[in-house]
Amino acid sequence: MITIIDYGAGNVQSVKNALDDINVEYQVSSAEFAVCNADKVIFPGVGEAASAMQKLNLYNLSNLLRIIKKPILGICLGMQLFGKHSTERDTNCLGVIDANVFKFDESKVTVPHMGWNKVEVVKENKLFDGIDDNTYFYFANSYYLENNEHTIATAKHDVEFTAAIEYKNYYGVQFHPEKSAEAGIKLLKNFIELC
Amino acid sequence: MLTKRIIPCLDVKDGKVVKGTNFVNLRDAGSAVELAERYYKEGADELVFLDITASEEKRKTLIELVKDVAAAIRIPFTVGGGISELDDIEVLLNSGADKVSLNTSIVKNPKLIEDASNAFGSQAIVAAIDIKNVNGNHKIFIKGGKEETELEGMSWCKETVERGAGEILLTSMDKDGTKEGYDNEFLKALSDSVSVPVIASGGAGDKRHFLDTFKNTNVEACLAASLFHFSELGIKELKKYLKQNEINVRL
Repeated sequence: MITIIDYGAGNVQSVKNALDDINVEYQVSSAEFAVCNADKVIFPGVGEAASAMQKLNLYNLSNLLRIIKKPILGICLGMQLFGKHSTERDTNCLGVIDANVFKFDESKVTVPHMGWNKVEVVKENKLFDGIDDNTYFYFANSYYLENNEHTIATAKHDVEFTAAIEYKNYYGVQFHPEKSAEAGIKLLKNFIELC
Repeated sequence: MLTKRIIPCLDVKDGKVVKGTNFVNLRDAGSAVELAERYYKEGADELVFLDITASEEKRKTLIELVKDVAAAIRIPFTVGGGISELDDIEVLLNSGADKVSLNTSIVKNPKLIEDASNAFGSQAIVAAIDIKNVNGNHKIFIKGGKEETELEGMSWCKETVERGAGEILLTSMDKDGTKEGYDNEFLKALSDSVSVPVIASGGAGDKRHFLDTFKNTNVEACLAASLFHFSELGIKELKKYLKQNEINVRL
């Protein structure tokens, strides 16, 4: 059973639709037990870091997400929250990954970073298994996780930033696989079948 | 680097595409969902749905449409048309839409942009802006182009960004329907002066028009409706042409 965490900060419907393509059983919940009992967890997120962290605290999920041993995939803001700190309203995040979140420079590029961008795989991993290097994925983010030792794929928008991470059981993607056509569905399938 | 986006726009009423199509392979010629699916498979980068339903049932039919579209395609899409309440935006986003476009409602109540972008993130809020040349000045029009306002084009565009819009969908009413090409002069000035992505709309009649706009302005996306619906121009064909002319697109 896959649990999609619904803490009021994510486009859960689109993730559900994408999982329907893969024919996998899932439940949507914000309950601790549903996260604990899952084989795998999907942790979506859109919107803003400070209120997302508040909601995680409210549902008593933040400590659980720090110590969870099940494979967990953070999507967009979900991945950023694995970092230490975000400059978005000066927010302390979960701190699973030793890296910080910054805003793109509006004087140099358009913000939000919105649309299809090329993703370069920089470390061998299972998430991108069978997906060509430099495939386009759909992004919609104003903030980015800086590159770090757990970065497995990067993209460029003025700066080069983390497009995907893998650290122990923690996986994350900055783009929206559920909105990235066939390649995105393949990546979700890889997370469910290989990670 | 981000690719330039090609966005088909579908005007819908009671779940059906209003402007006719001559696609012969659709089971239901006017079905917005089937047309969406077709554009998705042809390589559209995202879609825009403009709901012009005027009935009491509007809210319900729009939510149903969003759910059906979200189930059918795996690319982002925007919905717009008469949206004026935060609650409505929330339901539409929770049903699977990625963004909402706001037009008349933000002119009447500019604070809606702040409230909506604070609640859902600016990436979900598109300011849809209709401009028309009136005695040499770009004026903002609302209510589907029927009502002129006092607002000046460029300053209203900038204000929507300052208030938190994450993208501007700029339609030139002078160009719309002419098939003479986009309003590159205004689009250049606009895309050079705001920090958010700009979507060009109104005037596309030929693949060269897309190329001209991508070459001569800094817009990130071009939108068109009838040109695609009537199969005058295929999305794949257009993107191949742009690629051959050194425009970065997703193929």
